[in-house]
Amino acid sequence: MIDRDQVLHVARLARLELTEPEVERMAAELSGILEHVDRIAALDLDNVEPTSHVVALSNVLRPDEPRPSLPRERALEQAPDPADGAFRVPSPQA
Amino acid sequence: MTAELRELTVAEAIRRIDASELSADEYFDAYAEAAAGDDLNAFLWRAEPGARAGGGEELRGVPVAVKDLFCTEGIVTTAGSRILEGYRPPYTATAVRKLSEAGARVLGKTNMDEFAMGSSNENSAFGPALNPWDRTRVPGGSSGGSTASVAGRLAPCAIGTDTGGSIRQPASLCGIVGVKPTYGAISRYGMVAFASSLDQCGPLTRTVADAALLLRVMQGRDPCDSTSVGIAGELAAPSAESLNGLRFGVARDFSHHAEGVEPGVAEAFEASLRTIEELGGEIAEVALPHAEHGISAYYVIAPAEASANLARYDGVRYGLRVDGGADLTALYERTRARGFGDEVKRRVMLGTYALSSGYYEAYYGRAQRVRTKIADDFATAFETVDFIVTPTSPTVAFELGAKAADPLQMYLSDYFTVPMSLAGIPAISIPCGLAEPPGGGPGLPVGLQLTSPAFTEAKLLDAAHALETAIGFAARP
Repeated sequence: MIDRDQVLHVARLARLELTEPEVERMAAELSGILEHVDRIAALDLDNVEPTSHVVALSNVLRPDEPRPSLPRERALEQAPDPADGAFRVPSPQA
Repeated sequence: MTAELRELTVAEAIRRIDASELSADEYFDAYAEAAAGDDLNAFLWRAEPGARAGGGEELRGVPVAVKDLFCTEGIVTTAGSRILEGYRPPYTATAVRKLSEAGARVLGKTNMDEFAMGSSNENSAFGPALNPWDRTRVPGGSSGGSTASVAGRLAPCAIGTDTGGSIRQPASLCGIVGVKPTYGAISRYGMVAFASSLDQCGPLTRTVADAALLLRVMQGRDPCDSTSVGIAGELAAPSAESLNGLRFGVARDFSHHAEGVEPGVAEAFEASLRTIEELGGEIAEVALPHAEHGISAYYVIAPAEASANLARYDGVRYGLRVDGGADLTALYERTRARGFGDEVKRRVMLGTYALSSGYYEAYYGRAQRVRTKIADDFATAFETVDFIVTPTSPTVAFELGAKAADPLQMYLSDYFTVPMSLAGIPAISIPCGLAEPPGGGPGLPVGLQLTSPAFTEAKLLDAAHALETAIGFAARP
C-alpha cells in the first residue's frame, strides 16, 4: 500500500534519515498498520463534526502582565553548541 | 522490618507518621534502600537514602516514583529516549511540584517506553523493566517502570501518564491500581508531550484509597496548561462498601469484536460482574458501536500529534546532536535517526504520512470524526448507566519479545483502554483476580476497568473501592 518512494518522501518531511533496511521495513509495517486503520473508511461519517479537543473550553485568557521568564543562561545550559548567548547551527543556506 | 514497612499502604503509613508511630525518614529510607537494589530495571534514576524533604502535611515525606516523562529540575529526564540522555530540565512539572509541596519525596525516575510509545516497556532505550510476577514477562507499558516498582515493593506509589492505556494496561499486568483521570483534571505542564489531546497524568498505587490521595493532591487548574481545569468538588477518601442503586454497563458488542481475549481474562471479568451484583449493583447491556474502531482512530490521531510534538528534537537546543557537516537539514535528519528508536520512528512516519498533503482528510479528518462517534456512544450509554466495565487488557502479562516483531498486535493490547482516552473520560483499572497464562504457569494478574462520565472521579473511585474490598485481591508477586 505504501511504497518505497512514499516512505522516502515522508521521511524527508519528517527530517528522519532512514537506512536502506529501515526503508524496506517501514514500507511493510506502515502498510500493515494502515490496512487496519482503513476499517474506518467504511463508516458513515457524513455530517459528523471532528473532535480535536474533548473538554468544552472556550478561550482561556490571563491578564497580560509581564513576569520573569527562563534566564538566557539557563535556557542555554543544555545546548549542544551554545555560542554568543545563542544556539549555534550550520547555516541553513549552506 | 523494612520489608514490613514496604507492605503498608500509603494511607496507613501517613496515619502512623501522623501518630508518631513511624518516622517519615525511616519509611523513605526503607524504599530508597529497596530501590537501590532494583533488579527489575524499574528505575532510570534513584534518590539516595537520606534525601530529605521540606514540610508538606498531606503526604508526610512519603516516597513517590515518577515516570521519566515528567520534567524534574536538575534531575535527569530522558522520556526513555537516547535523544534526551543526560538531559537536565530547567524546571519541574506541575504534577511533581504539587506532590512535593504536599510533602512527597521523589524516590526515583522510572523506566518507560520511549516517549510513552509502547505497551510493554520494550521500547525503552535503556532496556525493558521486568514484571515482578514473572521476570521473563513484560510489565506492560508505557508506564511499566512505575507499575513494576509499585508491584515489586520498590515504591509505595508512583505516577505515570496515559495516552491510550499507558497507566491502566501496565497496572493490569502488574496487579495494581491505576487511574487515568478525565482529560484536563491534572496539569500537563512539564510532561514531555506525546499526543497532547490525549495525554493525561495519573496515580499508580496498591489501593484505590491511595490513588485518591495522589489524585487529590495533583488535580487542579494550572495557569501553565490552558487545557487544565481540575476536578470540581471534594475528592474524599473513597469509603463505599455497597453498589446499591448503581448501574454498570457491559458492552458485549465491543468485547465481542476484541481479538485474542484470553479465556482466563474473560473468566475473571465475568466473576467481577457477579461481584458487582452481589454488592447490589445492576448489570445492564449498553451499546458502544464505534468503540471497536478506537484503535484505528487512535493510531492516526496519536501519531499525528506525536509527529508534530517530536519535531522539537532537532539537536539544536538540548539533547543529542549528531553532526551534519555544513548542512543543517542533515544535522536534523541524522540527530533524529540516531536519537529515536524504531517505534518512535514508526509513529513519526505514520503521523507525518497521515497529515501529509492528499491524505489529511482520509486519515486525520476521518479519525477525528470517529473520535466524535466514540464519545457520543459513551454519552448515550451514560444516560442509562453510571459506569461501564470492561477487562483492562485482553491478556495477562506476555513474555518479553512475544509481540515485539508485530507492531499491530502490540497496538491491540490497548483495545479496551483507547476508547476512553479518545472520549477524554476517567477510567480506573483494579486487580480482579489471577489467570493462568496461555501455555500454562502460575497465575498472573487480571485488571478490571471501570469508566464513568467526565469529572466524576469521586463516584468512580468510590465504586472501585467497594469492588476492591469485595474482591479482596491479596495476591502479590
